[in-house]
Amino acid sequence: MITPLLSRREFLQVSATAAGGVMFGIGLPAFGATPAAELNAFVSIEPDGRTVIGVSQPDMGQGMHSTMSMLVAEELDADWNRVSTEQMPLMLRRDEEGNLAWGLVPQGAGGSTSVVDLYTPLREFGARARQQLLRAAGELWQVDAKRLKTEPGVVIDGPTGRRVGYGEIAGWAAALPPVASDDDGEGVLLKSPEAFQLIGKEFSPKTAREIVTGRVTYGMDVRRPGMRFAVIARCPWFGGRLRRYDDVAARQVPGVTDVVELPGPPDDAHYTTMAPGVAVLATSTWAAMKGREALEIEWDKGPHTSESTASLDRDCQAALDAEQGQVVQHVGDFDAGLTSAATRFTARYRLPYVHHATMEPQNCFAHVEEDSCLVIGPMQMPASASRLVSQLTGLDRLAIDVRMTRLGGGFGRRLTSDYVAEAVLVSKAAGVPVLVNWTREDDMAHDFLRPGGWHELTAGLDEDGKVVAWRHRVASPSKYYRRPNREHWQSEIYPDDPPVGLVDNVRYEYFDMASGAWRGSWRAPAHTANAFTVQSFIDELAHSAGADPLQFRLEMLGPSRAIKYDGHGGPEWDPGRLAKVLRVAAESAGWGRALPDGEGMGIAGHFTFGGYAAWVAHVAVSPKGGLRILRLNGAIDCGLAVNPNGVRAQMEGGACDALSTALGEELSIEGGRHKELDFDAYRLMRIADAPPEIDVHILQGHSEPAGAGEPPVPPLAPAVTNAIFAATGRRIRRLPIGDQLEA
Amino acid sequence: MKLTVNGLQYDFQGDPDQPLLWVIRDEIGLTGTKFACGTGHCGACTVHVDGRARRACMTPVSKAAGRSIVTIEGLSEHGDHPVQRAWIEEDVPQCGYCQAGQIMAVADLLNRVPEPTDAQIDEMHGNICRCGTYYRMRKAIHRAAAYLREED
Repeated sequence: MITPLLSRREFLQVSATAAGGVMFGIGLPAFGATPAAELNAFVSIEPDGRTVIGVSQPDMGQGMHSTMSMLVAEELDADWNRVSTEQMPLMLRRDEEGNLAWGLVPQGAGGSTSVVDLYTPLREFGARARQQLLRAAGELWQVDAKRLKTEPGVVIDGPTGRRVGYGEIAGWAAALPPVASDDDGEGVLLKSPEAFQLIGKEFSPKTAREIVTGRVTYGMDVRRPGMRFAVIARCPWFGGRLRRYDDVAARQVPGVTDVVELPGPPDDAHYTTMAPGVAVLATSTWAAMKGREALEIEWDKGPHTSESTASLDRDCQAALDAEQGQVVQHVGDFDAGLTSAATRFTARYRLPYVHHATMEPQNCFAHVEEDSCLVIGPMQMPASASRLVSQLTGLDRLAIDVRMTRLGGGFGRRLTSDYVAEAVLVSKAAGVPVLVNWTREDDMAHDFLRPGGWHELTAGLDEDGKVVAWRHRVASPSKYYRRPNREHWQSEIYPDDPPVGLVDNVRYEYFDMASGAWRGSWRAPAHTANAFTVQSFIDELAHSAGADPLQFRLEMLGPSRAIKYDGHGGPEWDPGRLAKVLRVAAESAGWGRALPDGEGMGIAGHFTFGGYAAWVAHVAVSPKGGLRILRLNGAIDCGLAVNPNGVRAQMEGGACDALSTALGEELSIEGGRHKELDFDAYRLMRIADAPPEIDVHILQGHSEPAGAGEPPVPPLAPAVTNAIFAATGRRIRRLPIGDQLEA
Repeated sequence: MKLTVNGLQYDFQGDPDQPLLWVIRDEIGLTGTKFACGTGHCGACTVHVDGRARRACMTPVSKAAGRSIVTIEGLSEHGDHPVQRAWIEEDVPQCGYCQAGQIMAVADLLNRVPEPTDAQIDEMHGNICRCGTYYRMRKAIHRAAAYLREED
């Protein structure tokens, strides 16, 4: 229990700051102010002109508060320095036929789709609000609104020079009937790109101040009246079960208020929770943790206790040694192409299971009542969460209020809603509002891992060193964990990925490996594995052909043209755009210049979900095998980069994320459960290993945006390992790099 | 026991072994200090105890009693500590979850080494950022050092 002690002097100090609005007033509307006028769901304007723009997408660090509000502000012609943002909840509705539909726009964060999906709808919301303001000003001055113009935050009547601030007429504008719809000739005109003031330009970000002062609410920071804190003892074994438990001692721990059983996921169906467990509810997190320590639990370890990293490595290699996998792509005739080739080359590569390890462990608040449910938490996919909550509670989707906090990292981990399900089940069982917190050990022991596996690549080159046959065989468990109705190969090798379209004879094979481990989407799923293997292998081919690795790639890619691509990021891709990012990265790095002994440059480029990115890594390897990244030069073409500062942040951060993963990240499996359970054992990169220089080039010049959250990641690891080869002659075919370079 | 957090005094009655982190977050209600690992490895929970950076997750509340504790909310009155200003100027945060701890750790680092070299930063600053904002963070540390020199 905590009691504030206020001496007279301290009391006066606190009162003084409160009255001055300094300590408590930052970022909040002034007391007694007229409420903001709501022009539409995304735009509210205060009487003094401050503009609040709603953000429909969850923000996990990809900069949605800046990028999304820019789209609205651009067409609203808002004064950017007076724009603040507000996270919107999940908005669903029923259409005329009673089907569930998005309330306003699709909401979620996955697959680098937010900017692509919302580029036009959000600008329309901004444009409509601006039109309301113009009409209000027209009424004010008794002139035709068509002759009015705007400057940021101000309506101007050109002929008379009169000006009125948005805030002064916002109330009036909000009271006007909505602008007529597009189909009656009064449609909302959007700016042509040449007129953009914000889009594609550098500007100050929107949430940095709140973050650096500790005022942002993450899931773990949610506090609600009557709320209990809960932690859960979960079965750590894949597919394990709860046999029995004794909670007598736990209930005696001071602060513990209840203990409830948490059901595990159903067998052979889509998962709900990850694992069965026992939840301890208390008045504080600490009391809940002490209560959990006092539980006595007996687990059934389930059917996977013989599974280990070593067993998976063995199984994958044995599969590749066997005849043939499931053919998921075959263009031309691979066997004939290989037979006719002048030289042939084969290599195997190995990728580890990796963990999401978001800095904010999983957590969620839920309050289940008889006819409603409130869920607040860090979610990438709030609508999936809503669907799962409905399934677990029987409540109608519209009776479930889903609110997103800021996410302390996502990387794909929070695409799933298992931790939401837990909070809902615990609240339902205990009958109280509850915040379920995961500890780091809980989080490390339970994650939907990026699948690991082995890849075998084979190529045939003709006498000119041109690739004439290519085979890629992947032996890996699928990221589709417990999704019996999905075709698993579609998750680990995408049939239209290059070199399909570049090489005449291509075959892709997939071996669906059995594993009990929880698996899922990890930033740029499958692309991280396939870019590493493909871009390493191309490097090996280039060196074996005595060619420059950049030139070899450019020749493989050929001229700019459209190649059919049925996967996510399609319907087509352009090898010319990939060639361009490779060239730009190489030029900025000074590709081809002589380097001191022990230094080398490596290059790699990849097409991911509609975006093209390339990296050149410049590394130094000491005689004892110490690896230092001296510099990264990168280029990205994500179409129209709406928020270049955000794209650059994604390139820099994506590079560090990928480098951290390549250097030291592996989640091992031992006895059918996770082995690394803290940040001592699971090594995330720190500043000392981060590249001191990252030079990023953003290629503008397209009219439509593509995503930028994932494309920066896949090409980084092969750029580094290719650079290691250039520096040392050692080819890294297994990740993580770990101590492989040590003499 | 008596606790002084951001200049305010509190009387705490409870488990003396409870980490300071949970007292700050759950009992006092200051949630800017983050829980991320609970084992002292990542630094997300960094606060100042008598002016020095400490991992609040590894500090029993009894060890902090009678000392001056400062959290991110109390680092500066107006959110304009040189490190905070530098963090905004360089636009360091992505998800932001680790940044309060990064800032508290760097504020202490610069108190001890006002003009750190890159090698000193590598040696002295070990907080984890999962988003990989290290490149901008390093620039922000140098910028904050420059701001501090201007203030002197």
